[in-house]
Amino acid sequence: MKFTLSWLKDHLETTASLEDILYALTDLGLEVEEVVNPVAKLAPFTLAKVLEATQHPDADRLRVCKVLTNEGEKQIVCGAPNARAGITVVLCKPGDYVPGIDVTLGVGKIRGVESHGMMASERELELSDEHNGIIELPTGEVGQKFTDWLAENRPAVCDPVIEVKITPNRPDALGVRGIARDLAARGLGKLKPLEVPAIAGGFASPVTVAIDESLKAKGCPHFAGRTIRGVTNGPSPDWLQARLKAIGLRPISVLVDITNYFTFGLNRPLHVFDVAKVQGGVLRIHPAQGGEEFLALDGKTYALRAGMMAISDADGVESLAGIMGGEHSGCTDKTTEVFLESAFWDPITIATTGRALKINSDARYRFERGVDPAFTLPGLDLATRMILDLCGGEASDLAVDGAAPDTTRVYKLNPARVSSLVGMEIPEAEQRQTLTALGFKLNGNQAVPPSWRPDVLGDADLVEEVARVASLTKLVGKPLRRMVPGVPRPILTPLQIRERAARRTIAALGYNECVTYSFIDEAAAALFGGGSDAVRVENPISSEMTHLRPDLLPGLLRAAARNQARGFMDLALAEIGPAFHGGEPGEQHLQATGLLVGASAARDPHGSRRPVDVFDVKADVEAVLAALGAPAKVQISRKVAGWFHPGRSGAIGLGPNVMASFGEVHPKVLAEMGVKGPAMAFTVLVAAVPQPKVKTPTRPALAISDLQAVDRDFAFVVDKGVEVLTAVNAAQGTDKALIESVRVFDQFTGDKAEAQMGAGKKSIALTVRLQPTDKTLTEADIEAVSKKVIEKVTKATGGTLRG
Amino acid sequence: MDGLDDLKAKYLTAVAGVTDEGALEGLRVAALGKKGEVSALMAGLGKMEPDQRKAAGAMLNVLKDEIDAALRAKKAGLADAALDARLREEWLDVTLPGRPRPRGTIHPVSQVMEELTAIFADMGFAVAEGPQVESDWYNFDALNIPPEHPARQEHDTFFMHRAEGDDRPPHVLRTHTSPVQIRAMTEQGAPIRVIAPGRVYRMDMDQTHTPMFHQVEGLAIDRDISMANLKWTLEEFCRAFFEVDKVELRFRASHFPFTEPSAEVDIRYSNVGGQLRIGEGDKWMEILGSGMVHPKVLAAAGVNPDEWQGFAFGMGIDRIAMLKYGIPDLRAFFESDLRWLRHYGFSALDMPDLAGGLSA
Repeated sequence: MKFTLSWLKDHLETTASLEDILYALTDLGLEVEEVVNPVAKLAPFTLAKVLEATQHPDADRLRVCKVLTNEGEKQIVCGAPNARAGITVVLCKPGDYVPGIDVTLGVGKIRGVESHGMMASERELELSDEHNGIIELPTGEVGQKFTDWLAENRPAVCDPVIEVKITPNRPDALGVRGIARDLAARGLGKLKPLEVPAIAGGFASPVTVAIDESLKAKGCPHFAGRTIRGVTNGPSPDWLQARLKAIGLRPISVLVDITNYFTFGLNRPLHVFDVAKVQGGVLRIHPAQGGEEFLALDGKTYALRAGMMAISDADGVESLAGIMGGEHSGCTDKTTEVFLESAFWDPITIATTGRALKINSDARYRFERGVDPAFTLPGLDLATRMILDLCGGEASDLAVDGAAPDTTRVYKLNPARVSSLVGMEIPEAEQRQTLTALGFKLNGNQAVPPSWRPDVLGDADLVEEVARVASLTKLVGKPLRRMVPGVPRPILTPLQIRERAARRTIAALGYNECVTYSFIDEAAAALFGGGSDAVRVENPISSEMTHLRPDLLPGLLRAAARNQARGFMDLALAEIGPAFHGGEPGEQHLQATGLLVGASAARDPHGSRRPVDVFDVKADVEAVLAALGAPAKVQISRKVAGWFHPGRSGAIGLGPNVMASFGEVHPKVLAEMGVKGPAMAFTVLVAAVPQPKVKTPTRPALAISDLQAVDRDFAFVVDKGVEVLTAVNAAQGTDKALIESVRVFDQFTGDKAEAQMGAGKKSIALTVRLQPTDKTLTEADIEAVSKKVIEKVTKATGGTLRG
Repeated sequence: MDGLDDLKAKYLTAVAGVTDEGALEGLRVAALGKKGEVSALMAGLGKMEPDQRKAAGAMLNVLKDEIDAALRAKKAGLADAALDARLREEWLDVTLPGRPRPRGTIHPVSQVMEELTAIFADMGFAVAEGPQVESDWYNFDALNIPPEHPARQEHDTFFMHRAEGDDRPPHVLRTHTSPVQIRAMTEQGAPIRVIAPGRVYRMDMDQTHTPMFHQVEGLAIDRDISMANLKWTLEEFCRAFFEVDKVELRFRASHFPFTEPSAEVDIRYSNVGGQLRIGEGDKWMEILGSGMVHPKVLAAAGVNPDEWQGFAFGMGIDRIAMLKYGIPDLRAFFESDLRWLRHYGFSALDMPDLAGGLSA
């Protein structure tokens, strides 16, 4: 919302400075976004006097002037026909920037004669289009600042333009008068009275109005107008054009300009119909049938949908009610008889239609936020008066249907509540004064909001008005006491603690945590089991962000591809965040995903560099699971999602509960995502890790034995498809009391192994640690256990002890 | 006993001249070995008269100790020299790089979320969470933004696809963390203190906007919580978060449908040579929106507005991270550029806590 200072002062009697007004506006909740001082660019220029003007020796049209300035006498060459001795001029000196010609002056030589500056025309200073000669001022002293002279003598061109941001709850502030009222309530002046003239109708309006019965209750409760005949349309007077131009509107003709003036000045949108083009003498306000074509004033044709409100004459739609008038019945310079409309429209209906047709107009903007329903007729009368004053003519009687809806409502003013809610002491008298100044009617503790404040809908709104006018800047903080005295209790949930543990562990393992977008492209989503309509964004911002991600891996792979394109080939990236398994609220789950790409390290003298492999991510996923408190004993299955290498991946679980998966990323997926491999990944489903059953900080007692533990090594020859975990579990199960641990310490596979042990065979080597608890083991005890281990393992694996 | 001085001189001279351990051992055997010269003299003691033996014995012991000490000293000296020689051989170029250890990083958004949590936990705020796909009721209606409210248009909402035949209003990607207020109050009732950090979504992408960003919501409901408490809470938060001695906040009246009264909050700062300093200077920057929870919002969450009141606020996490750590570009937060992650990321062990200072 833009307005000028002088426009504001039409409504506000004030001596406050511009600075004070701007501060108050922002503080009141009418945030100042920009202030443009139109003459700021003229600040360097001063007044000067031409002492002497003589003919240039080498140019007929030029004169060499001796000019008295605040820096003494200067010589200036000038081509203006009116440059002559005795006149007071506006001087631009070398070094000054002249806006109208976009030039910073220097000392010039014109046809051989030095010139120290220039004397400006109005156009050169962007004051008007006048360029027939240089400015001649009737008054003013040499050396006086030109901007000071303008402020004194032509205040209209110095009028600062103020732009404020109006929050959707304040339609009343979409008119200059509403802004003035807020400032008056704040104490920055007095709201000037608005006197509504009595318009004496001289004849019955040849155009009458009729609201369709179906719209009277809601869509259009009140529609009024009157005909003014014998008007002369044409350009507006300068002051009106200047106002509209200042706020960025294009003056059109006086009739149209008056409607705009009311829209911005009083938040009262109006429309003018050229009576000569209205057929049948009745304007009908009705819901559209659907399919009507309508050429609007913006030059575009709109097809109305059934139910949209229209204003039609006998020939068809002439106006899209409350949003935009029609080209056909619009006013032109030839208009001599005009029908002036002032109506009250239902905000929701206007908003719905405006959005459906994508028309943004100043009228729609105001009607959908809410104009003053009680101001329909006063606004009409005021505008009629202005038309009569500026265009002449004669006004008819009122043509009206419906009535202003009664918005009267009463809320209780509880002065104590202001203190309680805001925490600021504001005397009751001041509270009452504020509300009264804002237009509330007070009757004891009953407050009736003014008709122009549709946003006031409860007691709390009264508090807000009082607090905002009193100024929240004055609010002084008061300590918030603890809910429970003493040392604060822990507040994180078990899952939140886990999320942190996962994140910190993953970073400690060397991954760089990323935060990638929750949405990805359909192709990538489909590769990872997503991409269905249930997770499709209806209005995506780009084709790369159309679906909610089913998994964190595609986002990390895309990130890896971007980094590889920049030359970073070895990566450890991770993300801890939500993945979406459906499109309903809550169909999301927390994943912690890591991705290793390329080599384990840079080349170095120690030979550290090697391609990353499955056992890197396996170690990492185990570390994360351990950090989350997962039990040490888990199952590893090969039932893994399709984006992993089928032979080089596994899922870690407890029974049917899958906690994590890891493996090499499927080469096809890598190719599709544009990543150069190898690439290994893991995902931990953070919530799937069971919470510990025991909830006490006390540790179980430490059980250690003084008896010597014994390690025995075994090597078995097995089929190469046998999983080593089978052997480990079998060995472990041999004697649960005695066997403390079983570790794999070697594996021998490949051609050499098969040459030694037979085709399709490999050897695995285990070390079994025996920990006696009551007596030292004898050689016989050890032999007995070893024999059982061999039996169990060979039975479980179908292998043999390696000889 | 004659000749002892000569013997002593002979061996001490010999020991001094020895250059290897083998020769030294030979000398030891020659002097002090079972058949050595000193041992032989010692053996001769038995044949002496007691008086004579006493005097000669003492002299021989002195001689033996002196030779032994010289032998030992020489031995240690030779060993040291040998070790020195070996160590000289074992020289390594220690300017070679150490074995690589991977160094991971925590994303600034995660770090700042933990900082927020540490501060608010101290003031008794728990961390609440909610779904990112939200029903329009939670995202709008319950927050006093009815379907035709102009504020809905200003939210640049992402809508989820609706299957044909499903007549429910489309779900949205939550446009703010405020729906978590409703969920938390519905679940826990009042009194309540929570913050709700998380991802939010708006259809906006340019120099300073990304379609996804992070917000933190704050909510405190009790019988007598006022806007003055809100101001104190935010002042304390900002002071602790920005790690400065004092901050100055300015409340400016504004409008949010879900709070009343509503205020936008500005923080005092200075800009010295492109470096922002919070708490000093003469500039003001808007950092968050806040207010007293609207009675309709309380009612929508099943909390009786006649009994309970309190405040809510919402703040951009990415934005305060940028302010605090001097990160220039929001878009880079989500681009996962390794150089950026390394430069602006935090170490795994850099866990924010109030005792040690958040970013210490």
